[in-house]
Amino acid sequence: MTTLTAACAFGVIAVLIFVLGYIAFQGISSLSWQFLVQTPKPVGEGGGIGNAIVGSLILLGLASCVGIPLGIIIGTYLAEMGDGWFGTIVRFVADTMIGIPSIVFGVFVYAVVVLQQGYFSTLAGALSLALIMIPIVTRTTEEMVRLVPKSMREGALALGAPQWRVTKDIVIPAAMTGIATGAMLAVARVLGETAPLLFTAFGSRFYNIYLDEPMASMTVQIYNYAISPFEEWHAKAWAATLVLVTLILFINIIVRFLTRRKY
Amino acid sequence: MSKISVSDLNFFYGKAQALHDISIDIPEREVVAFIGPSGCGKSTFLRTLNRMNDTIPIARVEGKVMIDGKDVYEPNTDVASLRRKVGMVFQKSNPFPKSIFENVAYGIRINGIHKNRADLYERVEKALNDAALLGEVKDRMNTSAFGLSGGQQQRLCIARALAVQPEVILMDEPASALDPIATQKIEELIVELKKQYTIAIVTHNMQQAARVSDRTAFFMLGKLVEVNPTQKMFTNPDEKLTEDYITGRFG
Ligand SMILES: Nc1ncnc2c1ncn2[C@@H]1O[C@H](COP(=O)(O)OP(=O)(O)OP(=O)(O)O)[C@@H](O)[C@H]1O
Ligand SMILES: [Mg+2]
Repeated sequence: MTTLTAACAFGVIAVLIFVLGYIAFQGISSLSWQFLVQTPKPVGEGGGIGNAIVGSLILLGLASCVGIPLGIIIGTYLAEMGDGWFGTIVRFVADTMIGIPSIVFGVFVYAVVVLQQGYFSTLAGALSLALIMIPIVTRTTEEMVRLVPKSMREGALALGAPQWRVTKDIVIPAAMTGIATGAMLAVARVLGETAPLLFTAFGSRFYNIYLDEPMASMTVQIYNYAISPFEEWHAKAWAATLVLVTLILFINIIVRFLTRRKY
Repeated sequence: MSKISVSDLNFFYGKAQALHDISIDIPEREVVAFIGPSGCGKSTFLRTLNRMNDTIPIARVEGKVMIDGKDVYEPNTDVASLRRKVGMVFQKSNPFPKSIFENVAYGIRINGIHKNRADLYERVEKALNDAALLGEVKDRMNTSAFGLSGGQQQRLCIARALAVQPEVILMDEPASALDPIATQKIEELIVELKKQYTIAIVTHNMQQAARVSDRTAFFMLGKLVEVNPTQKMFTNPDEKLTEDYITGRFG
């Protein structure tokens, strides 16, 4: 049994290393400082993904600011007070949302925001990403909060702490490592999304910080590079993928570090 | 007037009745030990005194629990201040995922007991000292509470309970998971605490009950069979059932 699980674990890790290695192998040749800071240029003139990196981080930051806290609040509510019919409905909606393909969120935001406003925008893109994040963070938070032992809550209640303080001071900190893992899953997931952004943030060839204008993103840029007929752009797509994967890895490490168990 | 006065207390988990017509008075600064076979309702009874059972949705209480002459099940009772007044130490030590210092400081903070930072420090140290733990932890106050041994964790939980200045302390088998040395420390502690606090302690250890308590109450199948001075209880109990249980001549 141990051998079998070890073999499976090894197999999974081997596949992962192969995928990462292949991306690195394909992408490394086009990687350069210029590539990281320049905006896209016509074929043969170089150009890079600088604006797309900034765009992705802005989109991700906005989406996280909304999606992660909201997900944590809803998930905590479900775990602590969600045993009634209302909780059941919320849980069902969250589960359904997790199962919905991301493009649907893109189309939804396109219909209710982009069409109404008449233009693509960063905010619309961030909104579609936040909608993807919320249910993921919600459900992982709920699972993690439920794992906090009842005895720990009772310890705080017995000191005269009101329920909301027990939740805020004891339960959430105790579940923080797990909650952070859930948030990371959501971050990694939306950082890799292309479809919803095509309908919302759309893409841009320039550096941009205005939230009511179209915004470049790494995934859309990778998409544009990859579907082109040019070898040079294909190589750029690989390089951009390498940057994206590295970025996800770094965010992971940073969050791990920040939420490591102190006590 | 008794510190705690329970009369005709019935307790239900849904349809199952866990306590039947319990009546007992506990005067101030007395230690009462609760003994009885597993599942007889000792923990349930203890938890009715600080309304800890409120956390169980199916729980239902009938009868009166008076503390300082006030019925704790009155609708307008402030449960938080009741629990501050009636502290509890649980069977399994349950420190918070915080530092040793913060574990003790938590109750002081939420109840806003301290005047300033220095006062907070003083109170934490005093509570740790009263729980006979200060010497062992004063150099590592900011390290995790989970780094302590089982016995130290339990004394930390006692310190945490003492820090909010309760008047009554409920202890549910506080030494059940501890070695003889740690157990002895906790027993000495109880004897010490008795000077200030009213204490109700559940234990499966007869010698322990004999060593620390003034009176002993024997529960069986949710009923209070007998309560008498500890000395009498262990030498010449009124009830045959009690004698059988204490002498180990029992099912
Ligand atoms: N949360 C609960 N829901 C339903 N029944 C419960 C619950 N807690 C305890 N009971 C039942 O109530 C009865 C009394 O339990 P209690 O925990 O008070 O016993 P105890 O005397 O403390 O036992 P022990 O010495 O093993 O700790 C038992 O039959 C138990 O199964
Ligand atoms: Mg018990």
